[in-house]
Amino acid sequence: MRTVRAAAAIALASALTAVAGCGGGSSSGGGGSNESPKTLTYWASNQGPSIEADKKILTPELKKFEKETGIKVKLEVVPWADLLNRILAATTSGQGPDVLNIGNTWSASLQATGALLPWDQKNFDAIGGRDRFVDSAVASAGAEGQDPSAVPLYSLAYALYYNKKMFADAGISQPPATWDQLIADGRKISKDGKWALGAEGANLSNNIHQVFALGKQHGADFFDKAGKPTFTSDGAVAAVKQYIDFMAKDKIIAPGNAEYAQNQSLQDFAKGKTAMVLWQAAASTFASQGMKPEDWGVAPVPVPSGTPGTGQNLNSMVAGINIAVFNNTKNIDGAKKFVKFMTSDAEQKLLNKTYGSVPPVKAAQEDPAFSASDVKVLRDTLATSAAPLPQVANESQFETTVGTAVKGLFADAAAGKPVTTESVKAALTKAQQQMAQ
Amino acid sequence: MTVIVTPSSGHKAGDTEKTDGGGARGRRLPRIPDRIRQGGLPYLLLLPAVVLELLIHLIPMVIGIWVSFRQLTQFFIRNWGNSPFAGFDNYKIAIDFDAPIGQALLHSFLVTCAFTVLSVGLSWLFGVTAAIMLQENFRGRSVLRTIFLVPYALPVYAAVITWAFMFQHDNGLINHVLYDQLGLTDRPSFWLIGNNSFIALVVVSLWKSWPFAFLMLMAALQNIPRDLYEAASIDGAGIWQQIRTITLPSLRPVNQVLVLVLFLWTFNDFNTPYVLFGKSAPEAADLISIHIYQSSFVTWNFGSGSAMSVLLLLFLLLVTAVYLFLTSRGRKGSDV
Amino acid sequence: MSRPRSPIAPPRSFIWTRRVVLTALAAFALLPVYVMVSSSLKPLQDVSGKFQWFPTNLTIRPYFDIWKTVPLAKYFVNSLIVAGSATVLSVVIAVFAAYAVSRYRFRGKRVFTVTVLSTQMFPGILFLLPLFLIFVNIGNSTGVELYGSRGGLILTYLTFSLPFSIWMLIGYFDSIPRELDEAAMVDGCGPIRALFRVVVPAAVPGIVAVAVYAFMTAWGEVLFASVMTNDATRTLAVGLQGYATQNDVYWNQIMAASLVVSVPVVVGFLLLQRYLVAGLTAGAVK
Repeated sequence: MRTVRAAAAIALASALTAVAGCGGGSSSGGGGSNESPKTLTYWASNQGPSIEADKKILTPELKKFEKETGIKVKLEVVPWADLLNRILAATTSGQGPDVLNIGNTWSASLQATGALLPWDQKNFDAIGGRDRFVDSAVASAGAEGQDPSAVPLYSLAYALYYNKKMFADAGISQPPATWDQLIADGRKISKDGKWALGAEGANLSNNIHQVFALGKQHGADFFDKAGKPTFTSDGAVAAVKQYIDFMAKDKIIAPGNAEYAQNQSLQDFAKGKTAMVLWQAAASTFASQGMKPEDWGVAPVPVPSGTPGTGQNLNSMVAGINIAVFNNTKNIDGAKKFVKFMTSDAEQKLLNKTYGSVPPVKAAQEDPAFSASDVKVLRDTLATSAAPLPQVANESQFETTVGTAVKGLFADAAAGKPVTTESVKAALTKAQQQMAQ
Repeated sequence: MTVIVTPSSGHKAGDTEKTDGGGARGRRLPRIPDRIRQGGLPYLLLLPAVVLELLIHLIPMVIGIWVSFRQLTQFFIRNWGNSPFAGFDNYKIAIDFDAPIGQALLHSFLVTCAFTVLSVGLSWLFGVTAAIMLQENFRGRSVLRTIFLVPYALPVYAAVITWAFMFQHDNGLINHVLYDQLGLTDRPSFWLIGNNSFIALVVVSLWKSWPFAFLMLMAALQNIPRDLYEAASIDGAGIWQQIRTITLPSLRPVNQVLVLVLFLWTFNDFNTPYVLFGKSAPEAADLISIHIYQSSFVTWNFGSGSAMSVLLLLFLLLVTAVYLFLTSRGRKGSDV
Repeated sequence: MSRPRSPIAPPRSFIWTRRVVLTALAAFALLPVYVMVSSSLKPLQDVSGKFQWFPTNLTIRPYFDIWKTVPLAKYFVNSLIVAGSATVLSVVIAVFAAYAVSRYRFRGKRVFTVTVLSTQMFPGILFLLPLFLIFVNIGNSTGVELYGSRGGLILTYLTFSLPFSIWMLIGYFDSIPRELDEAAMVDGCGPIRALFRVVVPAAVPGIVAVAVYAFMTAWGEVLFASVMTNDATRTLAVGLQGYATQNDVYWNQIMAASLVVSVPVVVGFLLLQRYLVAGLTAGAVK
């Protein structure tokens, strides 16, 4: 027994030392130092067709930066599956990169940890000022009323991609502008093994993006002003039901889509199995699937009536990637210089062109490349009819609970179980209750 | 028949330990320097194992227990020491089975229990069957042995993603066979969402773990002295009888450990459901490991996730204690 | 060594049962492997379409593309180093510990065995962050970089396989008669020499089985590797996920890469097989 107690005591003591000594982040709450001014570590997200492709795209740019400033940037492209956990581990321990890409929907969550450098007036001035950026993009970089935790890097929005030939075959001349038209067109297309619309029913983030925009159209936010979840409001229930009904009632989404989570809907589209997808910047994927640019068209995501705009005519979330500086950096000045470099007009044009995204920097948007038809739709949507996802600290919980609810409802619909207002409300009620922790 | 003594190797080891232990001590007693050396030696031999276990397992476990009493959310993730003390709040939420969080945990726990029992039971059954059937030499034996070990040699990610590929609704092999070719189902089934996901999970887990049971049991079979079989067959015992009276009892000590670790691993298995279903498992296949992952990593609420883990630890400790008590009865000799 | 078990040939019923059961098991084991092989020989278009038992458009391109999409060779070497080192260390440490438990009576023995087992009961994911903290703190205070290095991963994995290895080896060692090492000691061997001269050779099948287990544990682990490695030290288990990118899942390349990296492991298994079944213990009893 003595041994047990001794072992327990040793374990406890060492554990407490470990916890007490773990203030990796606490030592430099003020925002970094300049201990190692000659190097930077940069975690990039996977934007291109593969990790290797990203390295090839970014390395020459980093070389340029090194030439300009003498700072060597160590690049690591972190796969999406690992990125958030890597950031989490870095936050916990204080051991992380100097500069990193984050999905813009994570901005508020990460902001709450205090791990990222806040972009106040002074910091923004160091990279050319806040006015250089599109407003909606900056709004997606942190909670309202606080200094953003990151700077927009690549922006995206949702658009309706449609297969021109399938439309022509069904005798449809125009892409649908309202949901009613979409359903009517969809019914014409959905037969003989062909389907009108694709969905990623098991992809939680995608589900959230779709129901968020639909929610806006029903006048629903998923959070109130105080940041409390309001998943069960009539508008939210109607939005989720409308999305599920595309499969359950309108039968314009193939049941198989309920299990899609790895962009299978894009493959179906490229193969001519489905005629439409709601997606952000799908051009490069279509090309890699063997589609020619003239095979497909792009239109704004439909709205209830009229044309896309603000309020109930919003039709997209502000999607995109932000670039952030890790508070524990040992090269704070270099890190800011690097952000300045990455958000410079020249780099913005070049990188966004390569990735098929829209520059969040106004001046860079002037480039004619961003007026090509597909990117233009994305750009206009961003400028006029997109809103950021709720910038709340527990955004990831929102994605998980509501995303899972939508996934479950899709599974019901696919299995032929009825989806009613009550069942949608019940699923959302459960999701909301799980937020209560 | 009745002459067949069935000394399992476990019994035998136990017996020798008992008698020899005393005998050895008796023999060694007069040689004092020897005794002193042996006094410290076992600890020295254990030292590396103890240090590593302490570092990698025990300290993190103790930290985990500490965290379970804390309100460790993303606001305090940078400095754990500052997280507010939560008392038993995390536990209260976890075991309040009337509220949604507790309910979900209970559901997940029950799913995990059913899953574990099925997967371990079948893995053992497949493993022992294959091991016994390959015990004797025949043509093709070593080829089969290799084939059986193949699932074990594939990286988990590769294997599970292949199963996910096969279980697809529209394009998967399983539906192709069941629906297109055999016509066993009225329409293609969903395997990765909905209730069938439980079956898919069991199949993948079984496929992944039975080769391990096979490997361990096959090695154990090598320890059975051949004269036992020879004696038995001279006494006229047939092959089924030999399996029943010699082989199976001989496997007992290995089984004891094997079933226990299979149980613990399967219960805590994270890789399989994670690769098969992604970050959110369907309700029917919501294993506790994924559930806890969601309650901590996805939502960054580590206090709550840790409390659930501690509850799980207590449950597994209890099960293990009962299991060891039941399986060790009657063979105390070999026990420590 | 592998002479027939009994002088009487087994009855037909047994042989037929054996044929049926073994065929079924082999089919079950190989089905995904077949899918891997056939899918790895299809162009991406076909793989992501309706399943076909036989590829209509055969191609070996995926086997060339895999090296370009992901630095597969580097990941493979990393995995080999990590899993190999973890295996060797784990087996050596486990042999020592199991020998102590099997052959000696000492205070704390029960505590040790039970504690070691209890580490298998805590969900692994909850170790992740504390362990990460510990590694970083060790790095800060001693300068030994465990986070992001192969060393940290080796340490982690060897500890993962250690508990089971120790338990399993205790079982194997217990079944080796004590007279053997006693006799060696009477001949003038110290306990350590007795261990290596007598016990270890007699326990080869068990040790090899445990080594295989330790290797596979390290070879396949996903979660810890995903957080604890970086670009330079990433292992295969994580690296293979690189074929599922933002835009596309390169199914054919996943399958091709999985096969390519598994071949050396399967070959290794083949080479080890004869040790697994050598039955040295059984021989030594006589």
